[in-house]
Amino acid sequence: MKTVEGLKYSKEHEWVKVDGNKAYIGITDHAQNSLGEIVFVELPETGAELNSGDVLGVVESVKAASDVYTPVSGVVAEVNEELEESPEKINEAPYESWIAVLELSDLSELDKLLDAGEYEKYCKEEA
Amino acid sequence: MKKKDKSLIFEMSVPGRKAVTLPDCDVPYTDISNLIPGKFIRETEAELPEVSEVDAVRHYTRLSQMNYGVDSGFYPLGSCTMKYNPKVNEDMANLDGFAKVHPYQPEETVQGCLELLYETDRMLSEITGMDRVSLQPAAGAHGEMTGLMIIKAYHENRGDFKRKKIIVPDSAHGTNPASAAITGFDVSEVKSDERGGVDIEALKSLMNDEVAGLMLTNPNTLGLFEENIVKIAEVVHAAGGLLYYDGANANAIVGISRPGDMGFDVVHLNLHKTFSTPHGGGGPGSGPVGVKKDLIPFLPEPVIEKNESGYYLDYNRPLSIGKVRSFYGNFGVVVKAYAYICSLGANGFKDVAQTSVLNANYIMHKLKEYYKLPYDRICMHEVVFSGQKQKDMGASTLDIAKRLLDYGYHPPTIYFPLIVKEALMIEPTETESKETLDEFIDAMIKISEEIKEEPEKVKGAPYTTSVLRLDEAKAARDPKLIHTQ
Amino acid sequence: MSAYIPNTASQKHKMLSEIGVASVDDLFSDIPESVRLKRKLDLPEAKPEMELVRHMSQMARKNCNTDEYTCFLGAGAYDHYIPSVVRHIISRQEFYTAYTPYQPEISQGTLQAIFEYQTMICRLTGMDVSNASMYDGASALAEAASMACSVTRRKEVLIPECVHPEYREVLSTYARFAGYKVVVSSIKDGRTDINDIESKISDDTAAVIIQNPNFFGAIEDIEEMEEIAHKNKSLVIACCDPISLAILKSPGEAGADIAVGEGQSLGNPLSYGGPYLGFFAAKKELMRKMPGRIVGETVDREGKRGFVLTLQTREQHIRREKATSNICSNQSLNALSAAVYLTVMGKKGLKEVALLSAQKAHYAYEQLIKTGLFEPAFNMPFFREFVLRYKYDVAELNKKLIEKKIIGGYELGKTYPDLKDGWLLAVTEKRTREDIDRLVREVVSL
Repeated sequence: MKTVEGLKYSKEHEWVKVDGNKAYIGITDHAQNSLGEIVFVELPETGAELNSGDVLGVVESVKAASDVYTPVSGVVAEVNEELEESPEKINEAPYESWIAVLELSDLSELDKLLDAGEYEKYCKEEA
Repeated sequence: MKKKDKSLIFEMSVPGRKAVTLPDCDVPYTDISNLIPGKFIRETEAELPEVSEVDAVRHYTRLSQMNYGVDSGFYPLGSCTMKYNPKVNEDMANLDGFAKVHPYQPEETVQGCLELLYETDRMLSEITGMDRVSLQPAAGAHGEMTGLMIIKAYHENRGDFKRKKIIVPDSAHGTNPASAAITGFDVSEVKSDERGGVDIEALKSLMNDEVAGLMLTNPNTLGLFEENIVKIAEVVHAAGGLLYYDGANANAIVGISRPGDMGFDVVHLNLHKTFSTPHGGGGPGSGPVGVKKDLIPFLPEPVIEKNESGYYLDYNRPLSIGKVRSFYGNFGVVVKAYAYICSLGANGFKDVAQTSVLNANYIMHKLKEYYKLPYDRICMHEVVFSGQKQKDMGASTLDIAKRLLDYGYHPPTIYFPLIVKEALMIEPTETESKETLDEFIDAMIKISEEIKEEPEKVKGAPYTTSVLRLDEAKAARDPKLIHTQ
Repeated sequence: MSAYIPNTASQKHKMLSEIGVASVDDLFSDIPESVRLKRKLDLPEAKPEMELVRHMSQMARKNCNTDEYTCFLGAGAYDHYIPSVVRHIISRQEFYTAYTPYQPEISQGTLQAIFEYQTMICRLTGMDVSNASMYDGASALAEAASMACSVTRRKEVLIPECVHPEYREVLSTYARFAGYKVVVSSIKDGRTDINDIESKISDDTAAVIIQNPNFFGAIEDIEEMEEIAHKNKSLVIACCDPISLAILKSPGEAGADIAVGEGQSLGNPLSYGGPYLGFFAAKKELMRKMPGRIVGETVDREGKRGFVLTLQTREQHIRREKATSNICSNQSLNALSAAVYLTVMGKKGLKEVALLSAQKAHYAYEQLIKTGLFEPAFNMPFFREFVLRYKYDVAELNKKLIEKKIIGGYELGKTYPDLKDGWLLAVTEKRTREDIDRLVREVVSL
């Protein structure tokens, strides 16, 4: 499994890339790998106000559907519409295929997330 | 270049061709525009096929040849009870006096239909140990929904509105939680213990005055009987909950033990499983719901009753949950089940259960040195193996299933129950002979050997079917659900 | 021993000894003693096939059937002609003894037939996508209402009183437990009162339901309703008769979002109310919210066209409590009957069936009015079914007609107290002029 240094990770296998008060959110390589070929992504509506732990979207393979939870709170500023046409991008490049951008309302939430090393360790323990 | 595939009925159409000649109009003809205002008339014609009768017959015959039914061969699909469907039952359902009867005919003209429904209710009540059975639900999932509605209505009628939770085991069919959700319940999962049954302590910790009931399949989806069923019933009842029996696996216990005697309050059966009615490629089924006395007032309406002048439909049921389907259910399916029950009679059911359990244990015994057996104990009517050993050698349970197609079998249920990795769930039923079981066992052993020697071969299976492995990801990514010119 | 159990006593014995148990009872040792049945089931003794056939044929003869009686009863189930081909095809064991097509490589027959069925339903209804069918028309309507609530996140559906009473009842049952509200709107001259719809529609209205032709046989104005509903961001659910769709404006043309209906009249026998099938079709945007099984086209490893069950993540076996519905089957064989029926009737034939039914219904209507014993209940265009008000007692009339081997119309007083003299008659293409003239003669002679 791959991780990228500098990103934040959640125990539900989402990654967060922080850019000022904006956060790009996607699912990790580990998550896409265990789902298999991704066939559909349900995106949130822009403008939606989400608390950390709320459902951000749904990622589906042929035989599984997995809710994606936002690890941080904020307002959905942008969604990655490209994934509607090409959901397989998540398989091909999980760390480039963000699902949505949130305008963060509480930067301190980021401190609770894992860094790449911690996340890798967590995945190993989980297995 | 490959010849273009023109096998869809629409691709065979020739304008002007037809398969049916209708009689001429024998009443004075009025132009449709004088009968119905133009704004209600279709703008474009519905592009239905235009083929001859022989085109149609050959088309559907060809399609049928790409299918596999119980009459084609062994169909050990776990949890689905693919037993033989007796031919005479089909004839009975096709009798003019059953097939050509309108549901709103006056009661005095349908006494035979009502008698059949009434008697089926009575006989299924006896088989399950319940007091009354409704034949209205059209399928197992529909029965679950109906049963849960009855449970909710019962609690609410007692003035108890806080019971919003239904408990299901982690080994349950996906329909259980889905049925609970659509009837407005929250779902809690209770885990299984190391022997594959409900973890009693975990159950106790979940029970409280918010629990409406527990849904249980018994034998469960691992093919194991809940040894602690008496205790489970006590725990649930003590906390004021009701016990729901999912009849998916009733074939193992008919004539031997009755859900009503085990403490269940509501039961659904699948006539298309235990009672031999054919599955029809995915339906029609029938999912009768049986209840204990206190719950009878909540059954869907109408209920068939009998008085001195004969059978009648009773709609005067103020506490009824209402109707869950139009008319009285899948009557034609009930006719087949009635015929089956009459054919088996008082002694036949016990023989069904015993032989189905014997057949499953025989397969378990013969295959357990080749495939991992996660719960090594006597099973009931089905046995759940894990393909983990084979997966480690490079071929998954899916590959095993596909390879079985080349050997001429319908594969077992795979990847279910969810709590067994690489699950292979085999249900032989009582209608298969020892010779058939032995041949199937040989095929399973051969496949396990193939996986040791050439896993790639198994991974490429099937080789002999009308199509090879299909691209399901493509189908889901870019859904093409109808044919377009 | 049952004829359906092939293993002999000696084979069973051999199997038991291989397993290593002394008797079959040992295999049931997990069942606690206290819950075992210690007696024989209280059922009649087993009947050999010959006796079974005699017994059940006697039972069947206690019913009046539509071959021996002339049927003018409709009200949601119709006596249309079923071409011989239909029964022959659906009696092929490869179709009727198969299970759900979970193994597509050996289920292409069922899968392709359903794909073709979905296509035909879409062409009839003018919709983009169809599922593989549901239990019946009533439950399909209830599922459509649930779907509309989930899509719009609203909690109310609006339904006029002229929708089939049983459909409204099934809808109410589903709604009560799923937690949404059914608001009933009134009728005006046998049709939906559009003013009442306008006054009852609100921000809570997820969908407006319309049946066409409605329970009284009258043709509704879907377009008028569509305008009001869509202005309010509510969906339109059209519950349609499939035979009528050969000539009537399709729900798609009229702007509906979801089309459902009872598919019985497409090649399925009356069979005392079932098994039938409910068809369910929708606009493309709603595809992923649809309940039930759906078949899609794809290719196999070598690029050959094939069919699979698809969009399965909507369904209960994957999504469990988050599924769009709990349904996990379809009325597959009935959908096959519908597909075969639509194939052999074809583009021209279905239209002829619809036109013949309409002609004959209008002839019957006029002849009955001419007797002076009836008055039209409404002044509305109809298709193959209509309501007359009878001067005397409708139940009595039906009773006397049965003696003359005629199954009369539906007594509307049963479900509409204001129409206790109302008689709902259906006339299909199967009724000859002589059948109709005889009905008129008998009515007059009573």
